[in-house]
Amino acid sequence: MNTLYNFAVGPLAWAAWTICILGTVWRVWSLWRLARRRDASTVAYLSLPCSLKSFFRWGIPFGTLGWRASPLLTVATFVLHLALVASALLFSAHNVMWDYNFGLSFASLPDPVMDVVTLTALAACAVLAWRRIGNANVSTVTRRADWFGLVLVAGIFASGFASAHNWVSQPFMALLHVLLAETLLVCFPFTRLSHAFLILFTRASMGSEAIGVRRTCDW
Amino acid sequence: MGIEERRIEDANLERARTSLTPEKITKVIRDVLKGEAGAKLKIYAEICMRCGACAQGCHYSLSHPDDPSYTPVAKLDKTLFKMIRDKGRISPDQLYGMAQIAFTECNMCRRCSHFCPVGIDVAYLISMVRRICSKLGMVPTFIQDTANSHSATFNQMWVNEDEWQDSLIWQEEEARDEFPGLRIPLDEEGVDFMYSVIAPEPKFRTQLIYQAAAIFHSAGCSWTMPSKPGWDNSDMCMFVGDYEMMGRIKRTHFDLARKLRVRRIVMGECGHAFRSVYDQGNRWLGWKNSPVPVVHSIEFFWELLNEGKIHIAHKFEEPVTIHDPCNTVRGRGLGDKLREVVHALCSNVVEMTPTREHNFCCAAGGGVINCGPPFKSVRMEGNKCKADQLKATGVNHVVAPCHNCHGGLEDIIKHNQLKMETLFLGDLIYKLMEKPQ
Repeated sequence: MNTLYNFAVGPLAWAAWTICILGTVWRVWSLWRLARRRDASTVAYLSLPCSLKSFFRWGIPFGTLGWRASPLLTVATFVLHLALVASALLFSAHNVMWDYNFGLSFASLPDPVMDVVTLTALAACAVLAWRRIGNANVSTVTRRADWFGLVLVAGIFASGFASAHNWVSQPFMALLHVLLAETLLVCFPFTRLSHAFLILFTRASMGSEAIGVRRTCDW
Repeated sequence: MGIEERRIEDANLERARTSLTPEKITKVIRDVLKGEAGAKLKIYAEICMRCGACAQGCHYSLSHPDDPSYTPVAKLDKTLFKMIRDKGRISPDQLYGMAQIAFTECNMCRRCSHFCPVGIDVAYLISMVRRICSKLGMVPTFIQDTANSHSATFNQMWVNEDEWQDSLIWQEEEARDEFPGLRIPLDEEGVDFMYSVIAPEPKFRTQLIYQAAAIFHSAGCSWTMPSKPGWDNSDMCMFVGDYEMMGRIKRTHFDLARKLRVRRIVMGECGHAFRSVYDQGNRWLGWKNSPVPVVHSIEFFWELLNEGKIHIAHKFEEPVTIHDPCNTVRGRGLGDKLREVVHALCSNVVEMTPTREHNFCCAAGGGVINCGPPFKSVRMEGNKCKADQLKATGVNHVVAPCHNCHGGLEDIIKHNQLKMETLFLGDLIYKLMEKPQ
């Protein structure tokens, strides 16, 4: 088991990061090339100030009509995404790995705080899952691809929490946590998880069109 | 309830359903998705999170709260996303339902874009469905007829060249009884602006040309109207998905203005025509900006009032509310100017809730009203929220500076027995302005 764990945090992790980074770069480059060929007017109207305004407004919880109209979705979305970033960068055990592998070091939040962050993130996952099942407007359009990302992220948080508290014999839970995280990295550029970077383009386009061309707002 | 359970009979859709083969449909879908669509479609289809937030942005969805099939994302899921999922393998029967959704259950009003956290442009995706349907001849009869009229006559309503010129001369003669020196100048070169209208004006709202001429005459404007094809600024081909024809219509319109060497084009109170001229036709033609500046009536009336060229004798006393046409307010940010004009004309203005760029669509736009009587019930049942919104204002007059909005609101008002009257800005200005003796 330990050999497997060492392999997972060693070569497998490097492979996952490589696929994630190169895959993301390739996707952005190929989509940008396609956009310049086929969506020339959209590219022509892209504006940095308009895009930044759109990012800013949509980056504030309840800062837009859309966020205000769906409060539960808003809270769950912000909590989940902030928790993802916080736990990846500010959890002490992760910081050791950042430092060991990349020479990067961030300030760590106390472990009890990270416990709260993790449990809140799991609650957010539960809310989003409940919407996918219990809200007819969402359940009718939910497909496997929508469940995949949510279950994967929830699995990462749950296994991380269990691992940190030694709930199941180690290193099994840590191994599961690492493998799930690596699955996320590998799938990141090629599945709906790509919204993490493609949203920059959709929001930039919507902001540029709404503010720049249509002289109004997109919030 | 899905589209299968609410299918509406339409002659042209039925003709296409019986004559199309699955192979032909697959080929056209693949041709459009691979040959015309680009990164925008790829990204939208991939990262629409199916979160359902758009449900609150759509008047159809809000008017059918217990039917999730009316949400924007559900409409995409049943049309374009299904085409992509099934790699274009769609039966003629399924395509019929897709056409009904795309042409009659979405006004492409873009209100949902204020609700989507990701920034998906639903109107663009629905227009892609319409494009595919258009290439396959799967278009509702009545709107296809308007597109055919554009192809044959360069106007939407089969108005012949002599009928058009006759309508203008007729209105000039009528108006000269009231304003002896009034002219509707035809093809005068080098003046300030070319005034363009949509074909329904000469066809059945001719008094609007009279009123516009009276206002321009009173304001001492330097203007002209074109006598040749290209005078109609409307564009149903844009909503049908016949982009080749859309491009020809817009090019002809601008060519006419350039031949007349006018400084700008002033457009009548129409929303979709404005969208076609400032936003879509130019894109198809590869123009980032219009070759001749285009000014909508809202902005032009605002200008006349602010420059003191027209004076209001007395204000309209009865309370009015303002309907914000999607294509001029959400589509061009004219909400403030619209309000300034209405407040200059009326002493008691009651705002709707929601208002300005968040206002509900009239459910007529996007070519939906042009799909004709078979689909009228879709608009009536699909815009109950607009009827409730109008009723909540408690007033009897709605100012709506858009032809389609007038049609849509009048139908909703009648259907819901609201006892309200719709007004154009031109109606009010003509009625309230000081007229030259």
